[in-house]
Amino acid sequence: MAQMNMKEAIRDAMRVELKNDPNVYIFGEDVGKVGGVFRATEGLQGEFGEDRVFDTPLAESAIAGMAVGMGLQGFRPVAEIQFVGFIYEAMDQMFIQAARMRYRSGGRYNSPIVFRTPFGGGVKAAELHTDSLEGLALQTPGIKVIVPSNPYDAKGLLVAAIRDNDPVFFMEHLNLYHAFRQDVPEEAYTVEIGKANVVREGSDVTIIAYGLMVHTAVKAAEELEKSGVKAEVIDLRTLLPLDIETIVKSIQKTNRAIVVQEAQKTSGAAAEIIAQINEHAILHLEAPVLRVAGPDTVYPFAQIEDAWLPNPARIIKAVNQVLNF
Amino acid sequence: MSKLPYEVQTEPVTPLSILNPDGEIVDEALMPELSDEQLKEIMYRMVFTRTWDERAVNLGRQGRLGFYAPVSGQEASMIGSEYALNKDDFICPGYRDMPQIVWHGLPLYQAFLYSRGHQHGGQIPEDVHVLMPQIIIGAQILHATGVAMAFKKKGEKRVAITYTGDGGSSEGDFYEGMNFAGAFKLPVIYVVQNNGYAITTPYAKQTAALSVAHKAVAAGITGVQVDGMDVLAVIKAVRDAAERGRNGEGATLIEMLTYRFRPHSMADDTTKYRTKDEEGEWSLKDPITRFAKFLEKKGLWTDEDTARVKEEAKATVNEHIKKAEQTEKMTVNGLIDSMFEHTPAHLEAQKADFQ
Ligand SMILES: Cc1ncc(C[n+]2csc(CCOP(=O)(O)OP(=O)(O)O)c2C)c(N)n1
Repeated sequence: MAQMNMKEAIRDAMRVELKNDPNVYIFGEDVGKVGGVFRATEGLQGEFGEDRVFDTPLAESAIAGMAVGMGLQGFRPVAEIQFVGFIYEAMDQMFIQAARMRYRSGGRYNSPIVFRTPFGGGVKAAELHTDSLEGLALQTPGIKVIVPSNPYDAKGLLVAAIRDNDPVFFMEHLNLYHAFRQDVPEEAYTVEIGKANVVREGSDVTIIAYGLMVHTAVKAAEELEKSGVKAEVIDLRTLLPLDIETIVKSIQKTNRAIVVQEAQKTSGAAAEIIAQINEHAILHLEAPVLRVAGPDTVYPFAQIEDAWLPNPARIIKAVNQVLNF
Repeated sequence: MSKLPYEVQTEPVTPLSILNPDGEIVDEALMPELSDEQLKEIMYRMVFTRTWDERAVNLGRQGRLGFYAPVSGQEASMIGSEYALNKDDFICPGYRDMPQIVWHGLPLYQAFLYSRGHQHGGQIPEDVHVLMPQIIIGAQILHATGVAMAFKKKGEKRVAITYTGDGGSSEGDFYEGMNFAGAFKLPVIYVVQNNGYAITTPYAKQTAALSVAHKAVAAGITGVQVDGMDVLAVIKAVRDAAERGRNGEGATLIEMLTYRFRPHSMADDTTKYRTKDEEGEWSLKDPITRFAKFLEKKGLWTDEDTARVKEEAKATVNEHIKKAEQTEKMTVNGLIDSMFEHTPAHLEAQKADFQ
């Protein structure tokens, strides 16, 4: 075991897989010598050489499209899109080309690719560096979407993603890269894609979250505990496939739920989760499921970022609303 | 306006041409090495493809094919470029480039299935090195770039080839792909079949570049222009490009000057954007009649040969369209199962609506 922060755990996942599988290749903008703008790939080029870990010219569509071409020749590319806002440049290749390769070819070809990208607010980054764009990916059939919330999961999920024979959109919250350290095994291990984690047990209300919002939800739950409300917190870990079973099981116990997402409120992951709760657990609900989310505005400049993002106070307010419905 | 002393200078290019419209070799030194048998094989494929194209247009009108982009006029560029490749070279086609992948090994009935929207159309046999045609213009250029990167990484002496049109050469992916190929020195061939129009937009409105071939300059790769109605010139250019790719000398952009005799797809009206004069002029360059003249002079081809190949092609097309029509239909549940390697629970559940 070693103590690692999330960034180190992510790097370690790539390291163990570069070692395990000669077909794994890492590339993107500036991922080589410096190891990426967040140093997530730091040291990997030194250890594995310029053949396996390399810088590309600055062109997101080509990074993703080259991954598609390499993928159909049997490689397992891990392509980094430097910041989430630049995925628009690569959306055709990620969400159309990679995601439908298996379908278009009747199963002859696939896209065993991981598209890694940092995202997430609260770090006062430049415009279009932090937006939560997972909803775009979720609306795209054929690609898996993973958002880890801690170092242990991040490594296990990334190893699982690299080994997965389908394309994975792997979103790394900027505010979690250095947030805290955790015991992380140094060898390769996987965390199953599509399995949520109950991070805090409770009987009064279920708070469903992912990424940084898991920690915000836990803070809210701790506050709520003081007033006698026992909140269960679920860390989804994977948005697609979604572990609706774990959600339903929790709601059968608590009968109330809220969903927290950093993304703008309309048509995002939370809307989908609530729709699935309606389909699977409506008779267990004592109140409508509410969303705590960013408002439907463009992601703001740094100045009001903290006010814009969901915080424990807004979560507590929503919990009280469903409790008092 | 006079040129600035510090302006980047580029000269107009001269297209490679080997066979003149009368079927005479203009430069013996450029003639690619081809046996008589090979010359006849190339002619066979071009006549076959013309006949298949005519049948496909009719089948489309009868509703027996779905989306289909006619190819007549472009046989030299399509057939010649595929003929210049090795069997294990990889083709990433655009939507019009069905002949190349069929002659590279995709069974014809699967081409028809693709047109009819059946996913088995794209289920390429294991030993055939092609992708199904790409609808998003330019996307395939990046796939070829990635395939070429894979060949380079594996140390295999194979090349990837990809096709787009003059319209496609305006897409961002075209520039991104060529730039990657230049930066990584990849064994890839970018073919632009400049047939003068992108749907209805003429080349002159597509770009102010002197030629498409010039666009290679900025990417640091080799750019050449070829008479795309001259199958021998096409073969020469693609063979040279492939050889350079295999030798580690990097990528080539080949602009083929060609013409599509028919509309862009089945739906548009050429009289709205083309003149009879223009069509007449290009028909004089018809790659098939030109090559036939050449072969006739060598005593390798007669009108009877053409008639025989046409009959053969018609019969083959009929057989394959029947096979396509008799192929079991796709099902929604089968479609659901083709999204992921292992169908996740939420998708599995969605099957219930389609039992
Ligand atoms: C990204 C994208 N934009 C637009 C279209 C619609 N479209 C299909 S073909 C075409 C023109 C293409 O012209 P060109 O590249 O010259 O090829 P040609 O049809 O002449 O062979 C257009 C605009 C498309 N398929 N994909």
